[in-house]
Amino acid sequence: MPVPNNVAASMRKGSTVQKGTLPVAKSTKAASKKKDEEEGVDTGDGLDEWSGKALIKPPEQLELTEAELKEETTRILTANNPHAPQNIVRYSFKERSYKPTSVVDQMAVHFVLEGSLLHQDSDEARRLRAKEGLPEETPTVDTGTEPDEEKPETPATPIEDGGEEAGEEDRPDSVASKTDRKEPKVSNQFNFSERASQTLNNPLRERSCQTEPPPRSNFSDTVNQWEIYDAYVEELQQQEKNKEKQKAVASKNDNDKSKKKMVLMETQNDDISKVGKASKIFERMVNQNTFDDIAQDFKYFEDASDEFRDQEGTLLPLWKFQYDKAKRLSVTALCWNKKYQDLFAVGMGSYDFSKQGRGMLVYYSLKNSAFPEFIYPTDSGVLCLDIHQQHSYLVAVGFYDGCVAVYNLKEEGLEPLYKSTAKTGKHTDPVWQVRWQNDDMDNNHNFYSVSSDGRVVSWTLVKNELVFTDIIRLSLNGAVSDGPEGAEQPGIACGTSFDFHKQIDYLFLVGTEEGKIHKCSKTYSSQFLETYDAHSMAVDAVKWNHFHPKVFISCSSDWTVKIWDHAINTPMFTFDLKAAVGDVAWSPYSSTVFAAVTTDGTVHVFDLNINKYEPICHQQVVAKKKIKLTHIEFNPIYPILIVGDDRGYVSSLKLSPNLRKKPKCKKGQEQPKGSEVEIAKMEKLLSLLREPEQSTV
Amino acid sequence: MAEVEETLKRIQSQNGVQGIIIVNTEGIPIKTTLDNASTVQYAGLIHQLVMKARSTVRDIDPQNDLTFLRIRSKKNEIMIAPDKDYFLIVIQNPSD
Repeated sequence: MPVPNNVAASMRKGSTVQKGTLPVAKSTKAASKKKDEEEGVDTGDGLDEWSGKALIKPPEQLELTEAELKEETTRILTANNPHAPQNIVRYSFKERSYKPTSVVDQMAVHFVLEGSLLHQDSDEARRLRAKEGLPEETPTVDTGTEPDEEKPETPATPIEDGGEEAGEEDRPDSVASKTDRKEPKVSNQFNFSERASQTLNNPLRERSCQTEPPPRSNFSDTVNQWEIYDAYVEELQQQEKNKEKQKAVASKNDNDKSKKKMVLMETQNDDISKVGKASKIFERMVNQNTFDDIAQDFKYFEDASDEFRDQEGTLLPLWKFQYDKAKRLSVTALCWNKKYQDLFAVGMGSYDFSKQGRGMLVYYSLKNSAFPEFIYPTDSGVLCLDIHQQHSYLVAVGFYDGCVAVYNLKEEGLEPLYKSTAKTGKHTDPVWQVRWQNDDMDNNHNFYSVSSDGRVVSWTLVKNELVFTDIIRLSLNGAVSDGPEGAEQPGIACGTSFDFHKQIDYLFLVGTEEGKIHKCSKTYSSQFLETYDAHSMAVDAVKWNHFHPKVFISCSSDWTVKIWDHAINTPMFTFDLKAAVGDVAWSPYSSTVFAAVTTDGTVHVFDLNINKYEPICHQQVVAKKKIKLTHIEFNPIYPILIVGDDRGYVSSLKLSPNLRKKPKCKKGQEQPKGSEVEIAKMEKLLSLLREPEQSTV
Repeated sequence: MAEVEETLKRIQSQNGVQGIIIVNTEGIPIKTTLDNASTVQYAGLIHQLVMKARSTVRDIDPQNDLTFLRIRSKKNEIMIAPDKDYFLIVIQNPSD
């Protein structure tokens, strides 16, 4: 009884330990150790536990009374197979009826395994042994393979048994007894115990949640070659910027703030200034549309009636240029831009010396007659201007108050780039003419000016100042014959116009208020090379011919225009225009063509090759007789000329075909170069005039 | 800035100029002298046209670009200057 009790107790112990916090494996080990140790003393402990845990019973257990508990139930095991059929009947031929068979096989076979082991005592084993001829002691040797603890015992037994060896019968018994004794230990041969336990399975848990789907959008685009190109260009610029940034990082610091400000300023300006250029173009386009007929005339109209008029020609009025703020001023100077043939500068001032005031410098383009391209208001009236030949953005201006200034169209702002002051040798009287010269040896730009204070001054643009040099002082009696000290004389000749020789660099002419024209050299500051008694009133303009190196023209308020050979003291031609002549200009396309404007509002065009005495065109170009024409200028390329009047208007006129006739050339003869032809043409005319003169002299 | 404003004013005062519209790159009119309905119509349609014209020019040569577009019609002329950020549109009746 105590053994099962003990087992149950140990089982219980194991289970209680398992319920504890210790890990299962450890607890089982501990339990098994305990069991081994306590095998002897188990009973007391087991009882204790038994009584302690007696209260725990399954809930469905039957409750029994004391009497019922004490009642002994006997169970009898029988050899009868409960499943064996009891009612098998067999037909008996003898009795001719079915008889139940009394003998039923009660054996039930649960498991059959053919074993190879034989019992030692069985006949078969004995036979097998005899057959193999093995000594009967082998089983004892077999037992020798048992655990080491037993070894000392096993040899001991044979030694002890040595005396009894003869009794064969004893032997199997001893062996059998031995095996009986050792069998339980064999099962534990490797000190091996197997125990299994089932832990609770972690319950499976599934967790899921639903989120809002991320927003999706469809994007589609077509990619063109140029879009790819743009992307690459942008990428390149970005890379360059990054490089610059890396360079600039070192030298940043203080510059940063100013840069940021600049950026801000730029972005502010961006909005409207971006349309600035486009709007300018639009103004021109709109103008082109509104003045479409004029533009067509300018380009294509040729007066067909010229053919029936023999030699005379006409002037076709084209655009009229005006600016509201300059209405009361008169045009005092005109100059075409050599680089952009549609652009010209107009000087605004006044010739009325009692009404002097502000002036203006404006630029017009043939492409936009309604509004000037550039406007520079000035404090004093402009009297003259000249645009630089090579650097067409530079314009020199002479003022009534004696100042000269240089404006730069590239610079923003309305102030001149340079301006002469009283300190820097400004003229004391109005400046009547300015003219750019070739750059000097240091590549500084320079220009000349002439004023009624009798000085001709050279101005040089040096960095940020205007350096002046007096070239010549004009004197009343400063003729060559007066000798080198002529300049000492008190009387001052007032210069009103001058012009530089086209080929001979040092040679220039100065017209004076007294009507004289002096031929001067830049190198002799006090001496005239020649003096021409040209006019009886102030010389308004003097100009060298564009082609012939010896010929120049002059005009004056004494109604005359004169053409000179600079080697001869007397004029070659004299034309009386019956009104004060404001200006005269040689044409750029022919050596014999020139145009003059008079104060009665008439333009006179002469071609000496066609008519030596009369103008081939004589046309009034102003609406009212009162309006005086003041200046005239040929366009260097197109067959048009511009005239300015004293109301601030500038009119453009197209020359009819008769006014720009080329000399007929003989057939088959190759036409020589333009300038040579023109020189020859003029020379022919001059020779015609010289011969009779020489003959008379 | 004032200069541009003045230029636009002068253009508007020219003969036959019916309207000036400045449109940004998205085709939204920024400044106009026309009434609302026709401004929106012009801006929308011309924007499409300019994009098409520009992509035509640039497809032929990616380094090239459209600088101007003039549309001459029976009744008027529409001139468009597609700048980088703005289009300038002027509608003019040249026969007026």
